[in-house]
Amino acid sequence: MKINLTINGKKYSDDIEPRLLLIHYLRDVVGLTGSHVGCETSLCGACTIELDGKAVKSCSMFAVQADGARLTTIEGLAENGKLHGMQEAFWNQHGAQCGFCTPGMIMASKQILDRNANPTDAEIRHGIEGNLCRCTGYQHIVNAVRAAAAAAGK
Amino acid sequence: MASTITRVEKLVGKRIRRREDPRLITGTATYVDDIQMPGMHYAAIVRSPHAAARIRSIHTQAAAETPSVAAIYTGKDTMKVGPVPCGGSLPGLRVPHHYILATDRVYFVGHPVAVVVATDKYLARDAAEKIEIDWDVLPAVADPEKAIAAGAPPVHPEWPDNVAFNYHQEGGDVDKAFAEADVVVKQRITSQRLIPSAMETRGVVAEWRGADRQLNLYTSTQVPHLVRTLVAGMLGLEENRMRVITPEVGGGFGSKLNIYAEEALMGFVAMQIGKPVKWIESRRENFLCTIHGRGHVDYFELAAKKDGTILGIKLKLIQDLGAYHQLLTPVIPTLSVLMMPGLYRTQNIRADIVGAFTNCVPTDAYRGAGRPEATHGIERMVDILADELQIDPAEIRLKNFVHQEEFPFPTATGLMYDSGNYAAPLEKALATADYPKLRAEQAEARKQGRLMGIGICTYGEICGIGPSPATPAGGWESATVKIEPSGKVTVLTGICHHGQGEETTFAQIAADELGVDIDDILVLRGDTAIVQYGIGTFGSRGTAIGGTALYFALQELRTKVKKFGAMLLESDDVAFANGRVTCNKSGKSKSLAEIAGASYRAMKLPPNTEPGLQSTHFWEPPNFTFGFGAHLVVTDIDTDTGQVKVRRYVAVDDCGNILNPLIVDGQVHGGVAQGLGQALWEQAVYDDNGQLLSGEFMDYAMPRAHMMPWIESDHTITPSPVNPLGVKGIGEAGTIGCSPAVVNSVVDALSHLGIRHIDMPLTPEKIWKVMAGGKN
Repeated sequence: MKINLTINGKKYSDDIEPRLLLIHYLRDVVGLTGSHVGCETSLCGACTIELDGKAVKSCSMFAVQADGARLTTIEGLAENGKLHGMQEAFWNQHGAQCGFCTPGMIMASKQILDRNANPTDAEIRHGIEGNLCRCTGYQHIVNAVRAAAAAAGK
Repeated sequence: MASTITRVEKLVGKRIRRREDPRLITGTATYVDDIQMPGMHYAAIVRSPHAAARIRSIHTQAAAETPSVAAIYTGKDTMKVGPVPCGGSLPGLRVPHHYILATDRVYFVGHPVAVVVATDKYLARDAAEKIEIDWDVLPAVADPEKAIAAGAPPVHPEWPDNVAFNYHQEGGDVDKAFAEADVVVKQRITSQRLIPSAMETRGVVAEWRGADRQLNLYTSTQVPHLVRTLVAGMLGLEENRMRVITPEVGGGFGSKLNIYAEEALMGFVAMQIGKPVKWIESRRENFLCTIHGRGHVDYFELAAKKDGTILGIKLKLIQDLGAYHQLLTPVIPTLSVLMMPGLYRTQNIRADIVGAFTNCVPTDAYRGAGRPEATHGIERMVDILADELQIDPAEIRLKNFVHQEEFPFPTATGLMYDSGNYAAPLEKALATADYPKLRAEQAEARKQGRLMGIGICTYGEICGIGPSPATPAGGWESATVKIEPSGKVTVLTGICHHGQGEETTFAQIAADELGVDIDDILVLRGDTAIVQYGIGTFGSRGTAIGGTALYFALQELRTKVKKFGAMLLESDDVAFANGRVTCNKSGKSKSLAEIAGASYRAMKLPPNTEPGLQSTHFWEPPNFTFGFGAHLVVTDIDTDTGQVKVRRYVAVDDCGNILNPLIVDGQVHGGVAQGLGQALWEQAVYDDNGQLLSGEFMDYAMPRAHMMPWIESDHTITPSPVNPLGVKGIGEAGTIGCSPAVVNSVVDALSHLGIRHIDMPLTPEKIWKVMAGGKN
């Protein structure tokens, strides 16, 4: 099946098998390996990307379902070599340890602030509830989202 | 004489952000699954759906006819590959031959039986599903106590009692201690099976370069050099013909401190087909086939005087081993025995371990590996004793601690505690939480019918594992430091960090010792063709041993630089700062690049000095290091539902000197999350037939962000005398300190109802039943 879509501002057109998962399309066909496969069952969130402005788990949809969509992956967040505020905050606050959940976690965290510029801690925790991290205990991730919110509010 | 010494602020001890993070936060890091090669093939593994069964026949025809399938191998094909190795050696240990693919019989659900190799990964999976196996299903046993009871189905027919080993250890005079006791308290305490659940599952890419007889193995591991030695041996390949490359590793927690069948299997496949092959473990496979942790049933007895003085400890420990020994499976419970006195002075202990085979995936090292189980046991027992004698839990601990002036302190289990001030973190935790006020609040809550608990755990940890005689594979570590001709510095470390931040902390150490900018330092690890032999990252050893090896390599390099300083600056009394080597007397200086240039150009060399600036040091530690700390947890229990809410979590840890507080905090938080997972939510549940019921993230309750309390992390600092950095270790401390503190808190909340113990995880159902007067 032919699909046409925009990923990180660039247009793609590919002929793919209908059963190909979106995460595998991104990783294996397009070569964007920043989004990870952690569970294949939408429970861990390591594959989280943005599709038409909404954070989605790309392991639980087919690539053909993204036909015509605008996607942003972790690789598309930094602009002109400048890190996105959420990336900078994850770095400053030590929001990543092994880094495997980090791309998905940053995409989910970005969405929190896209919807609510000043989230409470409880709202931050609720916002990343669908993303598992085994390393950090989430505390530095919460700090990162807070810091990103504060920096954006300045 | 003008003072020309440049004083520069040290980086060690600074809260600086990590140098490894840019690639992680931009999605440009390379994990095993991100590796692509021309001609790549994909492997899918067929696994047993039964916990115990004989294989009557395997039919591969339909699978072989699937498009893109290149090869299929079963156990008959791989019998010549050596067994998956067990590194532990205990007297009388029974070691089943662990083929990489099952031959005639399977022993646990997920046991690998066949591998399908195809050029398309979806079609490889399709083909794997077409393999038909004719099974003769046998009775299985999944519970260690049932396994060693009379009449249980034998896991391995050659050993019908299911006992892999018996281990006995004794110190002091236990019988005398118990005879003289005013009180003896007893309790059965379990530490349930847990699933490590690194976010990156295991994965292997194998590439065979036949003309060179060279096997390149990319694997997600904590121990690349051990993988090289042992997998090369399994494959009958000369070790120097094998290169193990460990790219980014997405978490390990002990689950990647191992040698797995799939690592040898992919090497075998690549050598057979002459093409690169990739296997990425599915999450389902990770639950079923990667080692689990814990799996203890402990029977504790504690003897004490009326005043709370602990006289002796007895422990009967039944370890659920699973069906095989993985690398360290039988060794893990012996670590529990070493740690069983905790921080207390008692010199009388007796421990008996029964290692039980079950039809389950093997247990092995999982964050803390034997020490959380031991700590859970002793810290629960001390609370039970305090309850029996009506002594405050904080007071009874203070009474029994090894005193500050008694270090180094020999334990009844044969350890030598290096340094400590065990009262300090407890007192700090009590002050931070305002303990007297909490007790008053609890009394008031009880009057109102509310359930509030205060729990304390004071833990010790064997860190810096360890001196070589105490370890199965050598316990030293290595480092190489090179000052390149341009003056830039490259560090090669034998450890294999995977999230612990040594690309940063090791650069801090090197920057301070050589007086160079941290951005001029590159820390490399995890490639056996680049890095000198090393042991790896586990057992809270990275900084204590790997960092110390680096420290000594740096001293050797400084000595050599000084020789060039003596030649170029007419003095070896020099300071290293700002990328320059400066004579302390004359103030004359040369940049490190100038000195490096002179050393590599070698037009003139100092006497008895070789060209180049490079040093390698292998450091053998004289002892373990022993971290310690106190965790205090306040819980509220919903009287209607039994739901436990952690209201306050105070962690005061002493890991010796701290190189980077930001990273140490992260280690504590993550450790606590895993301890809290065990205390409240996580459990690997096998049914009586050996089927894993908690085999997905839907059923295995790993903590999510909204489940975690805020952790108040603080420290006391007692440097270790074992190494010149004065560091101990922090990787596992949070996990070890957490679960007893949480359970003690919940039991404390229920103690006025006559509750003395509840086994983990403390699910609402369990608490509700206890409150309702039912049995746990």
